[in-house]
Amino acid sequence: MQYIPLTENECRQMLESLGVSSIDDLLSDIPAAKRLKQALNLPVAMSEQNLARFMKRLASFDTPHDSIPCFMGAGSYRHFVPAAVRAMAARSEFVTAYTPYQPEISQGSLQAMFEYQTMMTQLTGMQVSNASMYDGAMATAEAALLAVRAKRCQTVMVSRALNPSYRTVLDTYTSNLDVTITELPVNSKGQTDLTPLLSLDAKNIAGVMIQSPNMLGVIEDLESIGRQLKQLKILFVVVVTEAMSLAILKAPGHCGADIVCGEGQSLGLPVNFGGPYLGFFTVTDELMRRMPGRVVGLTQDTEGRCGFVNTLSTREQHIRRDKATSNICTNQALCAITSAMYMTAMGQRGLRNVALMNMKKAAYLKSKLETVSGVSIPFDGPAFNELTVVLPASLDSFQKALAEHGIIGGYDLRCSWPELGQAMLLCVTETNTREDIDRFTVVLSEWIQEVRG
Amino acid sequence: MSLPDDYRFTRDHEWVSVDGDIATIGITAHAAEQLGDVVFVELPSVGTSFEKGDVFSVVESVKAAVDCYMPVSGEVTEINETLESAYEIMNEDPQGQGWIVRIRMTDTTEIDQLMTAKAYADYLSTVE
Amino acid sequence: MNCKDPFPGIKGLIFDEPLIFNRSESGRNGCSVPDDDLVDFTYSIPDTFLLRDDIPGMPEVCELDMVRHYTRLSQWNYSVDLGMYPLGSCTMKYNPKVNEEIASLDGFAQLHPHTPIHLSQGALQVMYDLARYLTEISGLSAVTLQPSAGAQGELAGMLIIKSFHVNNGDSQRVNVLIPDSAHGTNPASCVLAGLKAVEIKSGPDGRLDPEAIVPYLNESLAGIMMTNPNTLGIFETHADKVADMIHGAGGLVYMDGANLNALMGIVKPADLGVDVQHINLHKTFSTPHGGGGPGSGPVAVSEKLKPFLPIPIIEFDGERYMYQWDRPLSIGRLHGFMGNFAVMLRAYAYIRALGPDGIRSVSEAAILNANYIKEKLRPYYNLPYNDICKHECVLNDEYQAKNSITTMDIAKRLMDYGFHPPTVYFPLIVHGAIMIEPTESESRRNLDQFINAMIRIAQEAEENPDLLKSAPHLPKLTRLDETLAARKLILRWTPDA
Repeated sequence: MQYIPLTENECRQMLESLGVSSIDDLLSDIPAAKRLKQALNLPVAMSEQNLARFMKRLASFDTPHDSIPCFMGAGSYRHFVPAAVRAMAARSEFVTAYTPYQPEISQGSLQAMFEYQTMMTQLTGMQVSNASMYDGAMATAEAALLAVRAKRCQTVMVSRALNPSYRTVLDTYTSNLDVTITELPVNSKGQTDLTPLLSLDAKNIAGVMIQSPNMLGVIEDLESIGRQLKQLKILFVVVVTEAMSLAILKAPGHCGADIVCGEGQSLGLPVNFGGPYLGFFTVTDELMRRMPGRVVGLTQDTEGRCGFVNTLSTREQHIRRDKATSNICTNQALCAITSAMYMTAMGQRGLRNVALMNMKKAAYLKSKLETVSGVSIPFDGPAFNELTVVLPASLDSFQKALAEHGIIGGYDLRCSWPELGQAMLLCVTETNTREDIDRFTVVLSEWIQEVRG
Repeated sequence: MSLPDDYRFTRDHEWVSVDGDIATIGITAHAAEQLGDVVFVELPSVGTSFEKGDVFSVVESVKAAVDCYMPVSGEVTEINETLESAYEIMNEDPQGQGWIVRIRMTDTTEIDQLMTAKAYADYLSTVE
Repeated sequence: MNCKDPFPGIKGLIFDEPLIFNRSESGRNGCSVPDDDLVDFTYSIPDTFLLRDDIPGMPEVCELDMVRHYTRLSQWNYSVDLGMYPLGSCTMKYNPKVNEEIASLDGFAQLHPHTPIHLSQGALQVMYDLARYLTEISGLSAVTLQPSAGAQGELAGMLIIKSFHVNNGDSQRVNVLIPDSAHGTNPASCVLAGLKAVEIKSGPDGRLDPEAIVPYLNESLAGIMMTNPNTLGIFETHADKVADMIHGAGGLVYMDGANLNALMGIVKPADLGVDVQHINLHKTFSTPHGGGGPGSGPVAVSEKLKPFLPIPIIEFDGERYMYQWDRPLSIGRLHGFMGNFAVMLRAYAYIRALGPDGIRSVSEAAILNANYIKEKLRPYYNLPYNDICKHECVLNDEYQAKNSITTMDIAKRLMDYGFHPPTVYFPLIVHGAIMIEPTESESRRNLDQFINAMIRIAQEAEENPDLLKSAPHLPKLTRLDETLAARKLILRWTPDA
């Protein structure tokens, strides 16, 4: 076995030096009756050549998004990643290191993480960023817990237009704690309606959580929400599932947000069938010490040279145990570093141009869909790269038509938004060509004609 | 280490010095030494009321964080703001300039339940 | 000249490198922006007040600047590919290269998580089969792959235990017994699930004494969280007895699987009475740690706990793999999608490469290596719990204390010899703990080299203690001031700094 260097000869000599005759003697503390008598029921070992061939075959049963026109988004976004980012992120010095417990020999990861923290604060307009959470959904749940801790009251109000899996994760995380989640509806523009909040006693509300762009593809009016919440002294949590939008939309931190968190996958990570992704978490200075997760800080060595260390660790579980701000330990460090590499490679202008291109493609898609009779676009709020459309007949039948034409359509909204009817959330990014969009529109028109007979 | 005779002490290594109904509270030199370099102290707000035994502050070093429990009940009248810019005084002079809060006691007889300097010294010898 | 076999820690070519922000030049371009195929399409951005003008501070460098920056940074990192990384409880084994290639195949990396199931059968099969393999290794009945790391696995396990009791009308069962040698995540996960952590003292032999749990065998007992082998690297010999007692009192047994590398193919946790366990794919199953993550922490459960697993689960009808969402007793979800799929892929490939015999050999070699180190170092370092160990051993600095040498000094000096230090000051029940986990990946030559370095350091502690106190001498930086970092918090770069 190429991964286990031990030779028979060495094994014998090592056992001898331990004064035992077999490996079994080293297992004598495990009750004999419990020890396995036969081999595990697992498939037999494969040579590397066979393994590589076999895995390629499995991969061939999947359809990568870039092999056919794809309009799927809803929390996972298809963006082009420059080769230099992949090359740097694959360097084994970053890949095969552990958590930087020994800073003197982990300065590479630590400095890259400090740079990541800085870039996230630049992108969100916030003051402090942690070194990553598991994913956007978990970061959102942690934000709710932070709001409850900071405000010492139990109610958190969440926009109806929060990604439904985020909502489920939030409910799971808070299910056994003294936390109440209530929902805020959306208005005809597809934006969150704060009205129900105004009839409640603001003192009992810890925070309000708004996703922007939201699950319906609509950009929320964060400035106005931020102003209202500030007056009511309610914490404002902005959830971002499409981090690319931050490059062009007004920074939530400049709209009065107290916590900006969400999913950073768009910043250089492949869609990876859902993970690993990058939960990002940024806060104001006031909330810094209540923030969950690791954070890297600047310091100096005994010679006065600049260096970096994990700091603020007294909030963490290994010191605070059951009083920790969170139980998170392993995070998504490599994903965070990869996103810093992506932001560095793209630069200020690259990020902005790609973000603008996403907006433009979405506007083009919208303009094309408006020409198809029978299709309705229910919300007229501003969009980034996603758009809700309602079809005149069953979405299942349309998905079948798309499949026949080798197209992956959008996200099925019927489960979480039954009142919209046959609704679908379409996503276009810089990876979608004009031709893709035109073809989609043609398939859609033909399908409508067909179903209308 | 010296333990001022007029101070009272708790098993959680806090000290109390009394002036009328005002009590000044901090952590003992023993506690400060065990903690190592203090890097942060979470202070309560003036006007907050605490029952005896409530957590009123958290003192953090690089390696540990300890909750401070109210030795006696009362309302915070003053917090040691100097700490916020110079946590090192917590290590340099924990039983003097490194005090944490002053409170107006609601029941001054609670003081009598605390350890004297001698009792605390004996207690320390059992802990070590 | 000693060309034969020196210690690896000789001074290398180390470049200095500023923060990326200091390499930035306004107007410099580092990327090729995708072509605009909509040049003739004009649209008006609605609501321009929604837009920002710039991203102040975001770097502007060319591609070579970026490549040099990260290449230089990478050279300041210690890593498994560079040398032995014997961090206890972290299982820093070799991360096979073929797995990296597999994870980057387009059919996996470029597969959107919402892809219709008929276009994602390969990925679903990987997840379905991986869950089956982990079921076999643990001896339990079903597995969720959703948790992103060990701690989230613990949370999932605790939520499942909580839901099980609540569903039985036993919502008063909140006490979770946790030995004092446990990982800090255990009590934190417990509290997050609305349960109460009750600390149990370890016995004098470093094991959990069944007598110690007797006072808690009552109506308030939710269960126990055990790490086995425990964090001293010692097998919990009474695990099955403890499990019987817990079950007898209506509780459930959770096993923290961080140390599973010692047990594979040797004993199935289910046979020791375990009802729930998490498994760290980034430890036991060779997936790289990435400087702190991503990991993956699947959770295996017994038959009666299956209904509580997170949604969705993946099923196979003989022809097709599909999601199953209709599970009314489920605890819900822990991840926006299905978990860290690319990590699962690597673990899957690892299991397929090893097969049943290889998997068992992993654990056997890991145990042999740890015992070898323990025996060779015993004359030089104090061994607080003298017993055969499993995959790791715990020493401490007691012999060195007379020269005022601490575990930290020993750890830092190891860097000069070219080794990553072991886990230090954990478990908390050993004063000045030095926790060494060599893993099966290290050859005897590497073990001997590490042992020799440790022996030299023990000698240096006698002869030249200052050399240890001022260590490390060879890395890019000397000891870093953590107190300064925590007192004067600087957590990001700003232009004026």
